[in-house]
Amino acid sequence: MYHVETKTRASKIAFYGGIIVLIIAVALPFFAGRATIQDIFFILTMLVLAQWWNLLAGYGGLVSVGQQAFVGMGAYAMFGMVILQGWDPVPSILIAGLAALILAIPTAFFAFRLQGAYFAIGTWVIAEVTRLSVAQWKQLGGGTGTSLPRSATKNMRGVEWVKDLLDVKTSAARDILAYWLALIMAVLTIGFIYWLLRSRRGLGLSALRDNFTTAKSLGVDAVAIKWFVFLISALGTGLAGGLIYMQKARISPDAAFSVLDWTAYVIFIVVIGGIGTIEGPIIGVIVFFLLQNMLADYGSWYLLILGVIGITIILFAPKGLWGLFSQRTGIQIFPVQRRLVNKNQNSEDKNNG
Amino acid sequence: MSLLTTHNLTAYYGDFQALFGVDIELNSGETIAIIGANGAGKTTLMRSISGVLRNASNSVLYEGTAIGAKESDAVMRDGIAMIPEGRKLFTSLSVKENLLIGTFGRKVNGYWTLKAIYDLFPILQEKADAPATSLSGGQQQMVAIGRALISNPKVLLCDEISLGLAPVVIRDIYAAFPKIKASGASVIVVEQDIAQALKVADRVYCMMEGRVTLSGKPNDLTREDIQDAYFGRITK
Amino acid sequence: MIWIDSLIQGILLGGLYALFAAGLSLVFGIMRLVNLAHGDLIVFSAYITLAFVSLLGIHPFVAAFVAAPVMFGIGWLLQRLVLNRVLGPDILPPLLVTFGLSIVLQNALLETWSADSRRLSVGALETASLSLGPITVGILPVMTFFTAVLAIIILNHISFKTELGRAFRATSDDPVTAQLMGIRPNSIFATAMGLAMVIAVIAALYLGIRANFDPSIGPARLIYAFEAVIIGGLGSLWGTLLGGIIIGVAQTIGATINPEWQILAGHIAFLVVLSIKPRGLMPRAFD
Repeated sequence: MYHVETKTRASKIAFYGGIIVLIIAVALPFFAGRATIQDIFFILTMLVLAQWWNLLAGYGGLVSVGQQAFVGMGAYAMFGMVILQGWDPVPSILIAGLAALILAIPTAFFAFRLQGAYFAIGTWVIAEVTRLSVAQWKQLGGGTGTSLPRSATKNMRGVEWVKDLLDVKTSAARDILAYWLALIMAVLTIGFIYWLLRSRRGLGLSALRDNFTTAKSLGVDAVAIKWFVFLISALGTGLAGGLIYMQKARISPDAAFSVLDWTAYVIFIVVIGGIGTIEGPIIGVIVFFLLQNMLADYGSWYLLILGVIGITIILFAPKGLWGLFSQRTGIQIFPVQRRLVNKNQNSEDKNNG
Repeated sequence: MSLLTTHNLTAYYGDFQALFGVDIELNSGETIAIIGANGAGKTTLMRSISGVLRNASNSVLYEGTAIGAKESDAVMRDGIAMIPEGRKLFTSLSVKENLLIGTFGRKVNGYWTLKAIYDLFPILQEKADAPATSLSGGQQQMVAIGRALISNPKVLLCDEISLGLAPVVIRDIYAAFPKIKASGASVIVVEQDIAQALKVADRVYCMMEGRVTLSGKPNDLTREDIQDAYFGRITK
Repeated sequence: MIWIDSLIQGILLGGLYALFAAGLSLVFGIMRLVNLAHGDLIVFSAYITLAFVSLLGIHPFVAAFVAAPVMFGIGWLLQRLVLNRVLGPDILPPLLVTFGLSIVLQNALLETWSADSRRLSVGALETASLSLGPITVGILPVMTFFTAVLAIIILNHISFKTELGRAFRATSDDPVTAQLMGIRPNSIFATAMGLAMVIAVIAALYLGIRANFDPSIGPARLIYAFEAVIIGGLGSLWGTLLGGIIIGVAQTIGATINPEWQILAGHIAFLVVLSIKPRGLMPRAFD
């Protein structure tokens, strides 16, 4: 009988390799310095943002240039819960996701009235509206921003436990806690997206992307899927925003809603790595991090070079670095392509006929 | 004198081969017809000649030059004008503007001017400023013909100009052919309407499944020959 | 009275926004390309004009005259060498390339001219005003508005009364058939982009005289331009003017209520129109 299979040999190898990497990553704070932990935190959170943007644009075909709205909204919601409601920062991250999700509803309402590139700019406009509105929120610092109160950061849930476990100062413990949370978030994000793409909804998503009209005529509910993908990406992005700003502990509207940090860099990561694949953003974030380290001292040359590299990749290697590799070797680590496989019949199959 | 020839013309759509080494010849002043069923490769042949599909350079020779690999705008500027299948008028342009667009790439003084086209198809002058797509099918076909003629082409490619039109209208369209021939253009007519094709053509080619299955003068071909070549039995 | 004043200021501001938007509208109409670097190209034009003012010691209006063919050439090359490669049914490549271009331009300008604010000075003209009964209007905003109107008239004339305009519209309808009719779509697109850049120079001139500019202000101009185009309706240049006026009026009225609300008010007007008339107020093109 025939059945549908997605796993490949490479994916099985990568699965076991991934477990090893994960174990090392969890153990990292035991032997790495604070700077390294902060660097990897940055990589992990950018990876999360990139995966969500990739789901939205690469798989969903919805190119948003306004995801910074959800980073900022999430971050401000988290700050709001801590400063105004006295919550602990860690559970406030969940509220960050919720706030972003709620913001996504009117955003989608307006943005879905636009097509293609106009949709993109529409999301940007809404992000700007959000930024300008939040800058009016005097209790959270208005236009200049604010910081998390020391009382909240010192007594954050889990910080004491980390301090005792690793014998570090409070501020280092905070970073380590944030790092572990980021690790959990990255694993859950990639896991969820992979699961989603392998599910029926994911199949519908790919179908819509490949041939919109045909997919619709076969019963794929385009509107429902678009809404779902948009809302879930917003949720994920908001959670990331909450976590990022929990670690930073200082916020301002221009920073939290920065097009550069939360959209330009993210797009660059996805494009360089390979849009429309789960492996792509992973490669992309590593390349981005290395470039940032190499060129950080060069100010605007850094961004200029980033932009030129991005344009060159789109023009000459549109599937990104992972795409080049994957095309040459046929390797897929997160395979989502379904293959029809013929396995020999056994007695059980005969009964199922 | 040979004006346009194809040599062993092959064409593919992806992996699907549509033409298997087609040889046809158009002499100066001639009108030839290409007949065949749907999918025989007639339109593919037209697209290859006009440059929409690009082929091996010397698979199409025009006035001695190899044009097989040229792009369609270059081919048009050399004097091969196409009336595409389905007419393909420009929806944002009026009737007059659709006619005039034919002179953008190729400005050659000759018999065909806007006035001459209005003389050929008077209804177009009446409707000069109307949106081209507001006209009836037959009138749109007249616009498409005028658009091609206004560049004073040496070769006119007519791809299924009778498609979707009522017999009365088809007759009116073909009634313009004597004038077109008299102006010196050499014409390739692709048709599913065999009767019309045989009436205007000096020579006929029949195609089936990407190959030429028959060629000759209309008077020399029997009805049986054509049926065989059109539908299945390759005899020549 | 202050409201009438704001209204008039807003309408005149709309002229500037219409100039920002006209190039964007033209390019989208002909090749379905939304250039995310459009605002930055306007800022770039302002710097080029400034360079000619300093290098040649000429008046900004004259410098704009000199800058226009230069920017035409730059736009032409940009389209020919880069953007023509990404035109097609997939919306991602042109979006990403123009986004990258936006980043590149902003930082190239930053490296070349630093982040300092610049201005194009025209002396007394900057503050000259006209009395219309109880209202006073600046000469410059009036000039800007009438230039916008003139630009739209000229563009429409090109589009509907010239051979080039016919080619623009035919290529926009059906590039494959247009090519069959002897038109070179790649050249048409390049010419259209060049023309859009000429309008960008005019927009940059008035922008640079009216207010300070620096490398980072491009994206905001893009957003205003885009909002004007959407409010007006795709395919209509007069609609774009109307859109610009609505944004301008919303901004000035908003600023009169509370200076901090100026930009937000413009965005809100946009969202309101978008929710009740998603195709714009005077749509013509069907995409």
